[in-house]
Amino acid sequence: MKLSLGPILYYWPRQQVSDFYQQMLDSPADIIYLGETICPKRQELRHSDWLELAANLLENGKEVVLSTLALIESRADLAMLRKLCDHSGCLMEANDMATVELLSERRLPFVAGSAINIYNARSLRVLHRAGLKRWVMPVELSRDTLHGILKDARKMGFADQIETEIFSHGRLPLAYSARCFTARSRNLPKDDCQLSCLDYPDGIPLNTRENQSLFTLNGIQTQSGDVLNLLPAISEMAEIGVDILRVSPASQGTIDVLKQFDKARRGETETDSIIARESHDQAFCNGYWYGKAGMELE
Amino acid sequence: MELVCPAGSLPALKAAVDNGADAVYIGFRDATNARHFTGLNFNDSKALQALEYARQCGVRLFVAINTYPQPHNWSSWQTAVDRAADLGADALIVADIGVLDYARENHPQLNLHLSVQGSATNAAALEFYQRHFDIQRAVLPRVLSLAQVRQLATNSPVDLEVFGFGSLCIMAEGRCHLSSYVTAESPNTCGACSPASAVRWQETTAGRESRLNGVLIDRFKTGENAGYPTLCKGRFKVENHIYHALEEPTSLNTLALIPQLAEIGIKAIKIEGRQRSPAYVTQVVRVWREALDHYRAVGDQFNPKDEWITSLAKVSEGSQTTLGAYSRPWQ
Repeated sequence: MKLSLGPILYYWPRQQVSDFYQQMLDSPADIIYLGETICPKRQELRHSDWLELAANLLENGKEVVLSTLALIESRADLAMLRKLCDHSGCLMEANDMATVELLSERRLPFVAGSAINIYNARSLRVLHRAGLKRWVMPVELSRDTLHGILKDARKMGFADQIETEIFSHGRLPLAYSARCFTARSRNLPKDDCQLSCLDYPDGIPLNTRENQSLFTLNGIQTQSGDVLNLLPAISEMAEIGVDILRVSPASQGTIDVLKQFDKARRGETETDSIIARESHDQAFCNGYWYGKAGMELE
Repeated sequence: MELVCPAGSLPALKAAVDNGADAVYIGFRDATNARHFTGLNFNDSKALQALEYARQCGVRLFVAINTYPQPHNWSSWQTAVDRAADLGADALIVADIGVLDYARENHPQLNLHLSVQGSATNAAALEFYQRHFDIQRAVLPRVLSLAQVRQLATNSPVDLEVFGFGSLCIMAEGRCHLSSYVTAESPNTCGACSPASAVRWQETTAGRESRLNGVLIDRFKTGENAGYPTLCKGRFKVENHIYHALEEPTSLNTLALIPQLAEIGIKAIKIEGRQRSPAYVTQVVRVWREALDHYRAVGDQFNPKDEWITSLAKVSEGSQTTLGAYSRPWQ
């Protein structure tokens, strides 16, 4: 199985982004997703900067995918997306049906990110015919559903033409809104958010009044409070037919997570002990994979 | 503009029709629609009665099949599409790409609407659905500002329907997993958000508590209006402040925007609430019918009457209404 590094979901200063990817050159990640997926106002890096980063990663043997916005609301967003589709020169990840349409019109292959609703093989087939070459399963689906989709895709005769990627480590992307919750938390209107996201390199924890970790606020996105960790499910994923494991960037420790996944995919570590060791400073969840509430831990 | 009204039961459907709906939307009695609640919705014979009643009064009937099937239950959605086609529904409201594909391939005569759960918020996304499935209409998610709706209406390849009144989803519909994260059931997978089976109320010394699968959603002091614990409308702690971190308990009401929506070219206004009582449907549909008729009569002189606002506020969540995302400052 290949190992991928998802796009940075938070808003980091330019230098931090640059340092992060410099570090990733030596990481075991085979595929690196770049680009802004949450908010069009986050412009510490311009498109040309992303493309420059992409070139550098490519030179160093990484596969690069340019990821795109998950919620496209205005004509300006759409115009920017069109430009990107015309000039990116690399494989792109669609997180909105707009991107699927634009890439498909240009007869360009695409990756469908987890925000594209693919819940069954018939949906996957329609998108495959439109140019899908890889899909990231929606995060709320289980291993049983994945097994069923791939089985049906085999029956329909296209399973061997697509790759399946699973969001395997990181805070789960759960929802996208019109409202910016980070701005709201500071009593600022969205139109004058003062780029508040820059102050929260891992989003803002939202807890219940009993201090139970529940969600994480990240601009217009709501993420899980706990971190998904499917490390113990790696061999199971391989059996079902998963091709790629995605690790979602955090401000600290991403390189170590990638190394753990790398060892685990090569069968070199006892995964249960990693879970036990890490759980002292980070609460994990994995319920979705087992068909339960996402916040649960099996 | 067409007034599209909800019906979770035959009495609610009659209430909608009798009070001036132009179209009524219903769902079958299973997880194939986004209001899969106990005791709600229509079996085949009730659906037929609904259709006959609507037809007699010149009202159109839509069937919502707007959740997302998975491999183990795909056949229920396929059956639902066949049943709606056999029934002769005026339109199917569908979200899933696979279900749209099945419907278009097997029932080419069907009038297909893209459900709000399909989450299309821009012209390019609408083009995808129009090109692949020849949809005639799309229901827009409640995340766009009025200016954005206007832009979209100018470029849209299909007719547009927007939400006018009812519960306010603040997340892009069809792309919200908050409910399944906490309860294992979501609108996409089960047609339920913050399902009643997961709700527990507890009286404690600190106040009345509402919980969802054990998670504390809110705590109310004596005399405080204790609303249903929908996940996005709870009070939570963020950086040591306790507040409605996502949204207050409030309903969407766009009555005041009728002239703008009509001028933009919006074809239909949707009233949310298939889970609501016939009395609720009566009240809301009556006000909206009156308002739309009034607009037709006076045009730009339109001003919402106080009695309409009061009447709608009474049936609103937390007795509050908002323009929601249509008004940019709300965002």
